[in-house]
Amino acid sequence: MKREPLLAALGAFALIACAWAVPWLKFILTIALAKGIAVLGILLLLRAGQVSFGHSMFLALGAYTVAFMAPTEPEVLLLLPAAALVATGFGLVIGLFLVRYRDIFFGMLNLAFAMVLYSLLEKLYAITKGTDGIRVAGLTFAGTQPERPVQEWVMFGIALGLAILFGLLVSVYLASPMGRALAGIKTRETRLEFMGVPARRVLLFAYVLSALMGGVGGALVAMTTRHVTPQIAYWTASGELVFIAILGGAGSALGPFLGATAFELVRVYAAAAVAEAWQMILGAVLLVVILFAPGGVWGLLSRRWRA
Amino acid sequence: MATWLSENSLLLGLALLDGLAYAALVFMVAVGLNLVFGVLRIVNVAHGSLFAIGAYTAASIGLFFASRGLPAWMGYVALVLAAVAVGAVLGPLIERLLLRRIYGHEDVLQLLVTFALFMILEDVQKLVWGVQPVSQDAPLRFLGTVDIPFGDDVIPFTAYQLFVLPGIALATLIALAWFLRRTLTGRVIVAVTTDKEAATAMGIDAARIMLLTFSFGAGLAALGGALASPTTALVPGIGAQTIVLSFAVVATAGLGQIEGAALTALMIGLGRSIAVYFAPEFEVVVPYLIMVAVLLVRPQGLFGVIETRRV
Repeated sequence: MKREPLLAALGAFALIACAWAVPWLKFILTIALAKGIAVLGILLLLRAGQVSFGHSMFLALGAYTVAFMAPTEPEVLLLLPAAALVATGFGLVIGLFLVRYRDIFFGMLNLAFAMVLYSLLEKLYAITKGTDGIRVAGLTFAGTQPERPVQEWVMFGIALGLAILFGLLVSVYLASPMGRALAGIKTRETRLEFMGVPARRVLLFAYVLSALMGGVGGALVAMTTRHVTPQIAYWTASGELVFIAILGGAGSALGPFLGATAFELVRVYAAAAVAEAWQMILGAVLLVVILFAPGGVWGLLSRRWRA
Repeated sequence: MATWLSENSLLLGLALLDGLAYAALVFMVAVGLNLVFGVLRIVNVAHGSLFAIGAYTAASIGLFFASRGLPAWMGYVALVLAAVAVGAVLGPLIERLLLRRIYGHEDVLQLLVTFALFMILEDVQKLVWGVQPVSQDAPLRFLGTVDIPFGDDVIPFTAYQLFVLPGIALATLIALAWFLRRTLTGRVIVAVTTDKEAATAMGIDAARIMLLTFSFGAGLAALGGALASPTTALVPGIGAQTIVLSFAVVATAGLGQIEGAALTALMIGLGRSIAVYFAPEFEVVVPYLIMVAVLLVRPQGLFGVIETRRV
């Protein structure tokens, strides 16, 4: 466990070096960091033995908050907390309902909510411009509007900073009694309640925190890609988040970022070549990881070090 | 209200007829999902993909028959063939190769495995049948339309959607209830559902029953898809839509309920089609609104039984 801060620092430096050496990678790495932040939320829920098949809805909420607000308030430093706030609010309301359910109900109800959001984003053309999506332009950073290359560095920096911040936060949270109780929900929830721990409140806190991180991730994606479409809320997007979480492994807060970076890099090369079979490859890899390497990439690596 | 009703009676009538036909299809899928869950204790996220593959297979066989100049009623043979083929080929394949490895494992693991399967099947379907809409309506045209008097108006409605779909759904409901309660195999299935260990101790081959039930459930999903294929153009994404909708039905009815699933399918089917005619933007939202409303009041579902919690 002592290795983690060192590895995180090494990873951050490796990312900066990559972004500096290969400029076009900056965009991909920024997206990877943004998704990694969102996947941290999936990791929290996985600790409680729950999996959300609809987490893309919180990314969509964050992204559309940015898209709707950007014309009147283009300041990134204000848009990010606004997106986080919207996602957190929805997370609280939906969470109050969802934490009554476990397992398949939890997973599928999340999917149902996400599909509702997707179809509303797609069909309420007057507000959301449907599948055309909304362009996000003219963002300012602390009141300035730097040149394009500088701006890319700034976005990359913000994503990296937030990734480190949320990674730390999640590590601290998981080590706290609240975080430890999540594992209790997974193994035997009734016993947890016998000890006087309110299981639903524990799960609700994790859910709201995961919604917040989803919103921040979505806002970062919107600011980086500069175009928001309903596709960000579609079930395949949720599937990708779950995929990244399992690929990276649920053992550490580093897992999601490891998984997201690997995922986005592979996608750049593979998705174009096998666009039609992309989900199929993801599904097959997911099966192999679940059946043969349950700890994910992180689990494989840390097992090797320990041996 | 009264004037609104008389002004919109035509639309309302259409919505009711559409809703009935739609509910019949949803029921076919939901009841299979329910049955499989009862025996295997796995909610198969890929169940909707079996619906989609059944639909595409039926369309392909139907189009093949038509190209050979076979009579139009052969379209119905195509529907049944597709359901049997999917149930008999994909069912055992999935159960043996995949599900058998994860019985009794953590719930989250089972969910992820069937979700992975769902991702794979969605693309398999795209690779085989492409992304262009596929449609065949031979069975629909074969029976023609029926004029239904509705107030002052007359609604021409296809006989297929009016009689065949609800008829088959009703027959499935009755046959299934009879099969599970009156035949030996059915009772064995119920026994495995209730207590697998005790059933095994009595000499029941639970592994065989699981294989059988899963294939049967897959066949029902495929039959639902096959029956749906003449009424709509098939496009990618119907699998995802179907699984979420049929899960909504199962969750609203309560897991393990067959008659309850039928009533709930009717409720959700009607709700959705009323939305289609009167507030099309909210078509997708209505089934989930119904589900959320029911679950808020009765978390175990309308007809579900509260289970004791493990300590």
